Amino acid sequence: MSQSRQQELARLFRRFLAPESVIDAPTSLAAYECDGLSAYRQTPLLVILAETIEQVQQVVRLCNERGVPIVSRGAGTSLSGGALPHEDGIVLSLAKMNRIHKIDLLSRTAVVEPGVRNLAISDAAYPLGLYYAPDPSSQIACSIGGNVAENAGGVHCLKYGLTLHNVLGVKLVTATGELLSIEQQSMQSQGFDLLALVIGSEGMFGVVVEATLKLLPIPECARVVMGVFDSVENAGDSVTGIIAGGIIPAGVEMMDNLAIRAAEAFVHAGYPVEAEAIIICELDGTAEEVESQISRVESVMKSAGATETRIARDEAERLLFWSGRKAAFPAVGRLSPDYYCIDGTIPRKALGTVLAEIRRLSEQYELRIANVFHAGDGNLHPLILYDANNPGELEKTEQLGSKILQLCIEQGGTITGEHGVGVEKLGEMCIQFSDQERNQFHAIRQAFDPNCIFNPGKAIPTLARCGEHNAMHVHDGKLPFPEIERF
Amino acid sequence: MTQQRIPQNDLETELVASVVQAVASGTVLKITGGGSKTFYGNPVEAQTLEVGMHTGVIDYDPAELVITLRSGCKLDHVEALLAENNQMLGFEPLHLGDKATIGGVLASGLAGPRRAYAGGVRDFILGVKLLSGRGEIMNFGGRVIKNVAGFDVSRLMVGAQGTLGIILEASLRVIPQFETEQSLGFEHSNVESYIRWINQLASKPLPLSASSWYQGRSTIRLSGSQQGVDSAAANLGGTKETGTWEQLREQRHDFFTSSEKLFRLSLPQTREDLFPGQSQLIEWGGAQRWLMGKYDLEQLRQTLESIGGTVCAYRGVDPEAQVFHPLNSSMLALHQSLKSSFDPAGIFNPGRLYREL
Repeated sequence: MSQSRQQELARLFRRFLAPESVIDAPTSLAAYECDGLSAYRQTPLLVILAETIEQVQQVVRLCNERGVPIVSRGAGTSLSGGALPHEDGIVLSLAKMNRIHKIDLLSRTAVVEPGVRNLAISDAAYPLGLYYAPDPSSQIACSIGGNVAENAGGVHCLKYGLTLHNVLGVKLVTATGELLSIEQQSMQSQGFDLLALVIGSEGMFGVVVEATLKLLPIPECARVVMGVFDSVENAGDSVTGIIAGGIIPAGVEMMDNLAIRAAEAFVHAGYPVEAEAIIICELDGTAEEVESQISRVESVMKSAGATETRIARDEAERLLFWSGRKAAFPAVGRLSPDYYCIDGTIPRKALGTVLAEIRRLSEQYELRIANVFHAGDGNLHPLILYDANNPGELEKTEQLGSKILQLCIEQGGTITGEHGVGVEKLGEMCIQFSDQERNQFHAIRQAFDPNCIFNPGKAIPTLARCGEHNAMHVHDGKLPFPEIERF
Repeated sequence: MTQQRIPQNDLETELVASVVQAVASGTVLKITGGGSKTFYGNPVEAQTLEVGMHTGVIDYDPAELVITLRSGCKLDHVEALLAENNQMLGFEPLHLGDKATIGGVLASGLAGPRRAYAGGVRDFILGVKLLSGRGEIMNFGGRVIKNVAGFDVSRLMVGAQGTLGIILEASLRVIPQFETEQSLGFEHSNVESYIRWINQLASKPLPLSASSWYQGRSTIRLSGSQQGVDSAAANLGGTKETGTWEQLREQRHDFFTSSEKLFRLSLPQTREDLFPGQSQLIEWGGAQRWLMGKYDLEQLRQTLESIGGTVCAYRGVDPEAQVFHPLNSSMLALHQSLKSSFDPAGIFNPGRLYREL
């Protein structure tokens, strides 16, 4: 049945799209079966490559009339399965909509299509002395449409904000195919702040077909200081001290011993492999400002118990210090056949408690965990090392991950700081939010998309699913019917 | 200490009961805190529900850069508490009197001179505890800076004028006070050249934190470290000024004292001068322009709409008119669906944001 539906739909799409823009060959579809979270895979009915806003509108109208689910996809770098296809639906690829329409120096804005890569924006703005601040680790590949869908973060969030703070407007194709302009460009929203609602909505309200972005002047000077610590608690305290002292670093990152070793072996950044933790702290601003802050940060680190501090001598060394942190995920990936990245946020004061409990869980589950931490904003990325070829190890890893996220909730934090819920954290959404809150989310979604054609099954679990999850939760790890596949 | 001056007074149970009763009896409610921003919005004919006594700081740890408090807390008290810890609200909220509450600041979404350079009210809210029109208490967002679990309902409350629910508590991101600030004045007889100049300044890495233009004179503020501000000020020249920003923020500046019709124009900041030679005051690098005089509201709205702007009938304009710039039909329908998802019986502040809501 699904094959005839597939062919019928393909025929309808080809009425207004070039034949090669409608992908139905199984081998080509396979390329779209997962995103950055490859543990989840699903082949879509079709993949559509849109090139214009009008095409997106036509595709959406047709899907809405026929109740065909649409999963929008940019570069496919989501770490939460946000772009996982729907078995009865299409993947709407926006990768070909990758034009930068305008970069304007005077208003410090860029107008871009959704498929433009994050880093390409800063590259294009560089000659004007401007850049786009949010810098998720995947910035070389990830696209702005996906950044908007996930409210992507990065290492500079504490000072420069998330995607939310740096997007001034979007054009959104809604379920009826209408093009809505949702803006904050004049800094005073007209009516409800729908832009805030759309950013981070995980593609469930419509298709973002254009974004207007805020660009910032490139700081005159940026310098990095590295603090070396023999305890993670001291490292955490140093960050608290820096911030309590009134300094907002451009970026402040922590890595624990396993992450340090992995990064050092991979990129040879000169990290101290015996250290329990390092802090990489970047200050930016005018040269005079940075000079005075660097010495204050250094002295805070020392009084928090740093065994050593190092100031990058030049731009090359600054980039070297960063290189280990930026490569931390693939570096950890070399230690193990597979790794699973967790994305909780905690109040920074809970860091000691949370890391101690993570160590305990790591021993209990017999799985190694490396921790990298956006220490300024409390966003913790424990990386669980596992081997998917060992039967049951992925399931065990997911259980361990879920425990860590529950711990984040208990400590007053959240289950996702920047990667989104996707399909991955639907279970934990049942814990973080009440039935009423989740119902409210569904109602908001239906205000935009009454037939729920956009990315169905993602981000917000149904009541039924939570009923099942919470029943499992009571049994604490001993799942009833473990042979049944769970999503 | 100031924290003790903010009374712990939890009225949650009473407020839930009031909402449940209003729904049952079909009564509509006018949510009222300190009453300092009542003028901002269409008039509401409804039974008053006082929320200003729901006060208290729930959690404040300066090193986390987050404060969680009940919405009835007085803005003055909260700012004093933050100042004791060398911190502040980043968006420079409008007080408009000493009775302003945090709930009113959030519901109105009114930010001050720092808006263009540091962000608005919406950029600093992290979470809310909300009382919906079903009498349900719901929590959205949280107390941490990075959080993408669930849709961003807390930011939706900013500027919603209480039409979606009662904000019981909110978590706000705070920022450190600046080491120093310096205001500088310049001559700019021509709006066109001023707009170009101020936006060129903003495209350079300078610690700019406010800007204004009025009657041929512009003022900017620099905020940051002593070294950063000193070196920027030395490069820019100009004459040192004091007192400008509070006057502007609180609308006590000479410009606002006239009793003429007052319009607030919001537009892309680099747009040309739309009203050469007319009585206007410009803020936010050109994104907010106040216009005073006997203009026809509808004509103004058409003019602004054609360049991607909006007009708020801020003061003294036809009482029958919509205060806020009307929405097109699709956006209005979306607003109505959202409104009924939070407040199905339509009991909260009917008409205040738009007469159709």
